[in-house]
Amino acid sequence: MISFEYIANSFDSWLLATCPLWLALTIEFVVVGTLCIGLFAVLGLVLIMMERKVSAYMQVRLGPNRVGPKGMFQTVADTLKLLVKEGLTPAGSDKFLFNLAPFVVMIAAMLALAPLGFAKNFQIWDINIGVLYITAVSSIGVIGILMAGWASNNKYSLMGAMRSGAQIVSYELSAGLAILTVIVFTGDLSISKIVESQADGWWIFKGHIPVLIAFVIFIIAVTAETNRAPFDLAEAESELTAGFHTEYSGMKFALFFLAEYVNIFIVCALGATLFLGGWMPLHIGNWEGFNRIMDYIPSSLWFIGKTFFLIFVIMWFRWTFPRLRIDQLLNLEWKYLLPISMFNLLLATFIAIQGWYF
Amino acid sequence: MLQELISTQEGDLVINIGPQHPSTHGVLHLVITMNGETIKKIEPHLGYIHRSIEKMCESLNYRQFIYVTSRMDYLSSHINNHGCALCVEKGLQIEVPQRAQVIRVLMDELTRLASHQLWWGALAMDVGAITPFFHAFRERELITDIMEDTCGARLTMNYIVPGGVMAEIHPDFQRKVKEFIAFFKTKLPEYDEMVTGNIIFQNRMKNVGYISKEDAISYGCSGPTARASGVNCDIRKLYPYDVYNTLNFEEAIETGGDCYARYLVRMKEIYQSISIIEQLIDNIPEGDFQAKTKAVLKLPKGEFYTRVETARGDFGVYIVSEGGMTPYRIKFRSPGFSNLSALDHMTRGQKLGDMVAIMGTLDLVIPDIDR
Repeated sequence: MISFEYIANSFDSWLLATCPLWLALTIEFVVVGTLCIGLFAVLGLVLIMMERKVSAYMQVRLGPNRVGPKGMFQTVADTLKLLVKEGLTPAGSDKFLFNLAPFVVMIAAMLALAPLGFAKNFQIWDINIGVLYITAVSSIGVIGILMAGWASNNKYSLMGAMRSGAQIVSYELSAGLAILTVIVFTGDLSISKIVESQADGWWIFKGHIPVLIAFVIFIIAVTAETNRAPFDLAEAESELTAGFHTEYSGMKFALFFLAEYVNIFIVCALGATLFLGGWMPLHIGNWEGFNRIMDYIPSSLWFIGKTFFLIFVIMWFRWTFPRLRIDQLLNLEWKYLLPISMFNLLLATFIAIQGWYF
Repeated sequence: MLQELISTQEGDLVINIGPQHPSTHGVLHLVITMNGETIKKIEPHLGYIHRSIEKMCESLNYRQFIYVTSRMDYLSSHINNHGCALCVEKGLQIEVPQRAQVIRVLMDELTRLASHQLWWGALAMDVGAITPFFHAFRERELITDIMEDTCGARLTMNYIVPGGVMAEIHPDFQRKVKEFIAFFKTKLPEYDEMVTGNIIFQNRMKNVGYISKEDAISYGCSGPTARASGVNCDIRKLYPYDVYNTLNFEEAIETGGDCYARYLVRMKEIYQSISIIEQLIDNIPEGDFQAKTKAVLKLPKGEFYTRVETARGDFGVYIVSEGGMTPYRIKFRSPGFSNLSALDHMTRGQKLGDMVAIMGTLDLVIPDIDR
């Protein structure tokens, strides 16, 4: 069976056989980088389309259905429109930071793609501290948001950015502690090791109560971290018009928009990897026959299926819940989620030491 | 007072909400002085949609000026027309046929339903939930269809005229209204499920924007805004007009005084309006839909005042007549203006997000405030 692993390995060995090492490495970097940018664009298109269709479904509408079959090329048309639009820089703004901000947000999102395991043995960079790397890199994004808010010279933007800063910094704690709960069980930070540890069952089933709690907290925290409703205070439409990207237009706005969706993909992929087994098919203990049938489904499909399920859940939140207020948002984190996840981590550690998980 | 309004202290953040802003539902301009996220004071600036309707009315005759009033509170245009028609009828002492009275009340209550549906969707959108807006419009669309059949218009109806109503109801009117009521009743639990019972929504509404009974009276609040603070002010009960005194309905009253109480009052009103429509829809008496009136209406010399209960509160029409074809002076008492005046009182010390929720529960229609 042709797998991504096979293609990647044969390409690698062919390159090494024909070119000197430095050239082979350079070509590989360029190819992977291009693929990354391509994935970025495709993800943006797919997720925006998905969001529009999901929201249309929830709002008794049809959604886009004019450009292309079932409106599939609507996002492409929108992107073209944004590309030819003039990118205004408001008077009195800090031009350097203003123009830099969307790239900071986007680069942070792109860097975090690297250690994700998209399929069996198909990873850009199997770093041994993969999870730590993702959490570290994805939190750079908030600097871009703060930059955008500050440099816009607009009070709405500034308030949106300040809210976003407070929100992301707080919710990263819970997200981190929820991730740690799984790490306690796996004992490894590398994404490939974490996925392999779930060969006989996903952590959400194996780790019972603490991992289940951690999963719920993780979903809440990442929804907040990606500035999605019900935690979309940074761009609260009815309060701050568009929050930190009020002043952005054209492609600079599109970069923020794209980065938001890629961030959703990244956190959902991370959630799928940690709690739902990543690319690992659904295996149940010693059921050999069942496990073998599940293995026939390609690992990339498993990964994409799980990730898009989580993305759907997060979109579902957005289209059904009202928005929290800023003080309620911070209360939720500091008074409820953080203590719960701390005790949950202790509980998980205790269970892991006693070996009470499956 | 003026000094207090103008002055700002070091560290205050002054932001302008509006005139073009998603949460003001129109061209209202609020100058908000804030300390961080906390609101210190709000100064509404009016006049962006002032069309001097009251002055225009002075040059229009008693049949014509009613059409202008549809453009004030466009969400309860029937009720505005009704108030004006009542005032002219009071001056001319026209006896309105029973059939016309029933049709008027039916239209009023349908308008109230449509208005409250829009308010419900818009409030949910203000606090961040976008989906309820579409659900509200799904049902509201049916009402506007019913209106379109009979009145020929979907927003500015101009259907209720001095002496009765403009035209006979559409043959499908009763059937469609009954179908709509049956459909709407199945959807109302969905409203509660989606918004009322939502914990985030309740947290956003409870203990926010409190106004006491005394303050509500002294600010001149009316309608659901005042009734949520426990003020008995339903004009339909206090000064019944047309067939309201023969109907069996309750005045929706809450004592909470906060946003949640205002929300509940309006939800109760939806049920009361449904009950009124159900009582009347099968009992429209036969007869004329309009009383016989002279071609040119001339009110006798004097002053006339009538009040009706719109979806937003107490709407008053004050006509000063010198005996001519046109009124000498007209003054409209619009509910939105008085309700807006309480905004500053309600929002002090609250967060910016609360301001949006409070504005949503006041159910402001800006053309009604500016006229």
